[in-house]
Amino acid sequence: MKPSRLFRSLALLGAIALGSVAPVVQADVLANITKSGTIKIAVPQDFPPFGSVGSDMKPAGYDIDVANLIGKELGAKVELVPVSSANRIPFLTTGKVDLVISSMGKSPEREKVIDFSTAYAPFFNGVFGPADQKVAKADDLAGKTISVTRGSIEDLELSKIAPASATIKRFEDNNSTIAAYLSGQTQLIATGNVVAAAVNERSKLRSLTVKFLVKNSPCYVGLAKGETALQGKVNEIVQKAKKSGALNEISQRWLHIALPADL
Amino acid sequence: MAYQFDFTFIPDYAGMLGQGVAYTLGLTVFGGVLGIAIGIGGAISRLWKIRPFDGLYQCYVELFRNTPFLVQLFLIFFGLPSLGIKLVEWQAAMLAMVLNLGAYSTEIIRAGLQATPKGQLEAAESLAFTRRETFFYVMLRPALLKVWPALSSQLVISMLGSSVCSQISAEELTFVANFIQSRNFRAFETYFLTTAIYFGLAVMIRQLLGAIGRYAIARRAAS
Repeated sequence: MKPSRLFRSLALLGAIALGSVAPVVQADVLANITKSGTIKIAVPQDFPPFGSVGSDMKPAGYDIDVANLIGKELGAKVELVPVSSANRIPFLTTGKVDLVISSMGKSPEREKVIDFSTAYAPFFNGVFGPADQKVAKADDLAGKTISVTRGSIEDLELSKIAPASATIKRFEDNNSTIAAYLSGQTQLIATGNVVAAAVNERSKLRSLTVKFLVKNSPCYVGLAKGETALQGKVNEIVQKAKKSGALNEISQRWLHIALPADL
Repeated sequence: MAYQFDFTFIPDYAGMLGQGVAYTLGLTVFGGVLGIAIGIGGAISRLWKIRPFDGLYQCYVELFRNTPFLVQLFLIFFGLPSLGIKLVEWQAAMLAMVLNLGAYSTEIIRAGLQATPKGQLEAAESLAFTRRETFFYVMLRPALLKVWPALSSQLVISMLGSSVCSQISAEELTFVANFIQSRNFRAFETYFLTTAIYFGLAVMIRQLLGAIGRYAIARRAAS
């Protein structure tokens, strides 16, 4: 067989294989969940504190707690499916899971393929510092020193908005950035809220309280396109959990901060 | 596909690169002058066993010659604040450079002093040189002349090693290179340029020190 013919047949085979998976079954997922009494939820397993495997080999974290909360409200048994950030959307679009609760941010590209609930978890980059530092906006950074990891989102954003008299000290990696702040070499630190939570948990040297947000990208529950019934139900559950304080409790447990009021 | 070089970023960052070069040279010159001064003091103390300095110098030299420069830098910058000694990044970088170079030059200069031929000392004695004169003209100057190439090499090594000061946010040449690279993502061009600058600096320092060795030390020693 000539190479060109081989390639042509391979391409044909590929097309057939793709065609057989492509049509997504458009069923009412909520009805299926109620009928079967189980819900399959994709959660992270390599992204603490949102989801990681605990010492008992079971996944634990913010996202897992939210998954269990939604399962309980729906009256369904939760089946956790560990996913990575690369394959979580394919798991949803091919119907392998009903929901993705995997610290996922909203983006126009993603919104073309899947739907989102209301936000359920805070995820942002911001400027943090000790409680007694009076800083509430970028202009207040005048004359202050801020440590930041070079080339990170917060570095790029802060470099644009910080006043000229602010000293931004750029470090190679997160550890040096944190060490510079903890050892008192800088007055403030710009980092993600998840990193700040981890530092607060492990070190009592100097606390990190949020001063202002540099870039906000909260987490949403991902659903397959067109599942309006399920989307409505999930939104209702998230809203209820926000009101009752159940979500705040989860935030306190894993991120050590109160749920932001504007979430 | 052939790689498309793009050096158009250079004008935008020329000022920063210049500052980076000046910072690196500053670290090297400051570290070199003070380091060699520390080295001369150390070599004398060690050779004539002047207590308590010889013991202190021994600990210091062993400590700094047997630990990585980066760790010394971290200890000074991140560690000392816990003891209440807070040095900002350029002070920490300078101190680390001086201490590191001081330890190495102590050993280099000591070797030079030790290699003074006995006959030379006896000759000085027979010519009724005072102890001071003997030390400066018969021992130190010929010793420095002998070890000058080794000291020059050590200084160039220290200059190249100062690149790790970028890790504590000291804005020397490597910091500037990393900064530019994190903004334009042109890693090849940025580090290519940085390599060329470092190479130029190293050659320049070597030539300069060679000239100093030839004119300042050799000629004055002969006169």
